Amino acid sequence: MRNQLETLAKPRPLLDRKGWAAFLAIGFVLIVLVPLLNILPGRGSALHLSDYLIPLLGKYACYAILALSLDLVWGYAGILSLGHGAFFALGGYAMGMYLMRQIGTRGVYGHPELPDFMVFLNWKELPWYWQGFDSFPFAMLMVLLAPGILALVLGWFAFRSRVTGVYISIVTQAMTFALLLAFFRNDMGFGGNNGLTDFKDILGFPIQAPSTRIGLYVVSVIVLGLCFLLCRFVTQSKLGRVLLAVRDAESRVRFLGYSPTAAKLFAFVLSALLAGIAGALYVPQVGIINPGEFSPANSIEIAIWVAVGGRGTLYGAILGGVVINLVKTWLTGAAPELWLFVLGGLFIASTLLFPKGIVGMVGQWKAWRDQKKAYALDDKAAAQKGAE
Amino acid sequence: MQRYLPLLLVVLMLALVASVRPAGAQDLAATLSGLTDSDPKPAIESLTQSSDDKAKAALAALAAGNLYIRTADNAVVIGEKDGEMIVVTNAATGDIEDMARPEDLQAIAVPEEAKALLAGAAPAASSGPVDFATALAGLKSDSFADKGKAIDALTALGDVRAIPVFRALADGRLFLRKSDGMMVIGAPSGNEIALTSPLDGAALGIAPSSTLDPLFVNNNLRNVLREAVGRLGLGSADPAARRMAANALLDNATPETVALLREAYGRETVDGVKSVMALSLAAAEIAHPDKVKRQEAIAVLGAASDLRVRAMLQARLNQEQDPDVKAALVKAFDRMQTKITLYSYLENFIQGISLGSVLLLAAVGLAITFGVMGVINMAHGEMIMLGAYSAYLTQEIFRAFFPPSWIGAYLIVALPVAFLIAAAVGVAIERGVIRFLYGRPLETMLATWGVSLCLQQAVRSIFGATNKEVANPSWMTGAIDVAGGLAVTWNRVYIIIFCFLVLGLIALILKRTAFGLHMRAVTQNRQMAAVMGIPTARVDAMTFALGSGIAGMAGVALSQIGNVSPNLGTIYIVDSFLVVVFGGVGSLMGTLVGALTLGVVNKILEPVAGAVLGKVVVLVCIILFIQKRPRGLFAAKGRSADA
Repeated sequence: MRNQLETLAKPRPLLDRKGWAAFLAIGFVLIVLVPLLNILPGRGSALHLSDYLIPLLGKYACYAILALSLDLVWGYAGILSLGHGAFFALGGYAMGMYLMRQIGTRGVYGHPELPDFMVFLNWKELPWYWQGFDSFPFAMLMVLLAPGILALVLGWFAFRSRVTGVYISIVTQAMTFALLLAFFRNDMGFGGNNGLTDFKDILGFPIQAPSTRIGLYVVSVIVLGLCFLLCRFVTQSKLGRVLLAVRDAESRVRFLGYSPTAAKLFAFVLSALLAGIAGALYVPQVGIINPGEFSPANSIEIAIWVAVGGRGTLYGAILGGVVINLVKTWLTGAAPELWLFVLGGLFIASTLLFPKGIVGMVGQWKAWRDQKKAYALDDKAAAQKGAE
Repeated sequence: MQRYLPLLLVVLMLALVASVRPAGAQDLAATLSGLTDSDPKPAIESLTQSSDDKAKAALAALAAGNLYIRTADNAVVIGEKDGEMIVVTNAATGDIEDMARPEDLQAIAVPEEAKALLAGAAPAASSGPVDFATALAGLKSDSFADKGKAIDALTALGDVRAIPVFRALADGRLFLRKSDGMMVIGAPSGNEIALTSPLDGAALGIAPSSTLDPLFVNNNLRNVLREAVGRLGLGSADPAARRMAANALLDNATPETVALLREAYGRETVDGVKSVMALSLAAAEIAHPDKVKRQEAIAVLGAASDLRVRAMLQARLNQEQDPDVKAALVKAFDRMQTKITLYSYLENFIQGISLGSVLLLAAVGLAITFGVMGVINMAHGEMIMLGAYSAYLTQEIFRAFFPPSWIGAYLIVALPVAFLIAAAVGVAIERGVIRFLYGRPLETMLATWGVSLCLQQAVRSIFGATNKEVANPSWMTGAIDVAGGLAVTWNRVYIIIFCFLVLGLIALILKRTAFGLHMRAVTQNRQMAAVMGIPTARVDAMTFALGSGIAGMAGVALSQIGNVSPNLGTIYIVDSFLVVVFGGVGSLMGTLVGALTLGVVNKILEPVAGAVLGKVVVLVCIILFIQKRPRGLFAAKGRSADA
């Protein structure tokens, strides 16, 4: 008992030796090898990585950050947010607004300040909330502030009055639905149905150029790595322990003198910030942001990435986000009508058959293998004994 | 239970009577084909009893020997000689279909003993389309005198179909088609002209004006026409036609029509029509030189709530010189203004109630599964969708296998069908998925979302992604005109009634049946219920079946006010959840109040803030409300609240 308490109290390392090795190896492959394979070998070469794969991989990296952010609140704090797509989209819109302002006079109507859709709607001047988005640092600040403040306000209200479980899921779902409806309106000044698109360049680099795409991809992967380490840091800390305790027995944590509200609020806001960053990286790579990103179905899909990968493991969420989106890309091309069956089946299977996801299954298989080994050793020993 | 039984029976009977009513008017095609039987008497008899114009036309044609069988497809057609050829009109649909040679058609002969029957029918058929068509042909004449005669002949026929023809002729919109010389009514449609048939009002497509020859009239004839329109409408035997004619004269009266109107007013016996006529008469007298007459007219007009009358009063207000009359005008205008505002509020309110009852239907099933069992069923919306598709399937089966006169009854059949299909799928979901996840609400939510995706895709694969149309039975179409400008459509009324019926039924099941008792027992304390010998697993399955079945019936109701598509359910699922959460989990009363409140608030906000913004405001309000009262309006109290 005493021993256990001591291990609990000891500060835990960010990653163990094996973990660091894997982290760095994967990082090397993704950051160095992949771009090199795209640039160096000739087009016909078997080793060549085609140009369209780079933004695709970058997109997966963004999805992975998004999955990571949901795992932080769901896997560790037990808050199943069905509105994470909203934070993602808000970050995306903030980035999109910066990119729109960068178009300048190159739009269809050639207006120096107003984006095309505003000229089309006969707007005379830039609305106040579009001011300042021509500056990159300001836009990046908004990428963090917009989802962060929304999460702070919503979370503060919700956690303070102890809205938990499915109720918080429904509230977050209603939030993203409300935003979906609001952003569809032309009067909102965010491009309505069509959203923001036709971007020209980012920080002076042409957005369509292969070199920019590689750059965006590399940045996405690096940010993914940093986000992973940040989440890992939080979950390994004492706060992470409190979060786990909140997930498993919230009232007990409260009686022990901790504040579950503060812990949950911290996790929720941090998670929203990560989702916003993911959205900001996503938009320049796909070239469009529209209100569809707010749809509740999108947000629920994120939950399934995390569930399939494995909740409460962080790397499981990343794995799930990448694997499911790989399958989605392949299936929606090969057999579009099958995709929804597969996705629906995954929802059912991941909850009924493998609640711990891929990571959990690997763990189970390892345990089974070890046990078999142990039995085999026992048998051997017994056989030797018998021989003696 | 017995207390409510009579009420239930009465409503059921009403529904049945309403569904059977149109049976007599249907099935013309089948009756017509009965004319070729060896004994055509029953067919002729049923035609003589029919009030359908087309049946009358067919009888008239039969008596004149103009009813034929087309040898190509055995269709019963009315033929009219036109030179060497015969113009063929489909007797069942009334559409002019083709020109045919005499050898393509075989006349239907009538046995001697059946002729007696026809003789009785002949007078009723005297105003049939054959006469109408001949009289109409008189308008083709180039001489204005002949046209006048044709107009008189048409007016004498008393056929209301002449009204649009006269209007078109007066406005220069009556044409002869250059290609076949057929007379058509035109209405401007962009740069071209949309054509309709003067015989039956059927649309004949759109043609450029260069392919049409207009028929001209002089000013004298124009006056004759205007008078004829008023006379036809006002002299019609149908009160609705009289009312419409009087209403049309409200803002375009001429001295001649006013005289006609006054005459008709004296004859009129139906109160509703009489008041409309009085209003139109008053409108004509608003500019009367006599001050007293003007004041009288204003008094009558002030009691109305018509937007056209308001405009008229406003226009008069600017011209009026006499201070007394002016004061009366201002008073009447204000009175009407308040009334119109009140009506618009009332209309929003009624629409809100009807939207609320749709929400209620969608949410009641959810309240049972979510409220009573604590299970979040994301596939609930798909149960609604399955119900709507059941209605579509039932309709298609009725169309394919049953006589057309039965089609009105399909909706009554669709309700139990939808209930059973949705309940069966619901039980399958409960036994196959949810059963393993009790006590893990988040997982249940995700798993049922998966089920909903699969169901949607399955329906999309089977029926296609396009919208399916489910027709309103004739007893659900139309509207009740409550007061000037305020109309409530029948389908909305039926849905409101139906939804309260369903709610009452659920309350009965919950409170008065053994199953309801078991259900409540399991909700309150599962272990104790099991100890008492209640089969909890079976109760779970039954509860789920009930909740899903009701969602299926909600789908049938929804199919009556909108299109049926695979994502029908997703439209209502978020709203349904909000209703349940807002009303309080596990409380039927809460669901009722929640649904109606949401419906009404939505509709009242709509004109103020716009449809989308109104919805956003409602969503935000609910989110805030849940913060304040996490367990909803009607929160469960006592021990069961902890469960």
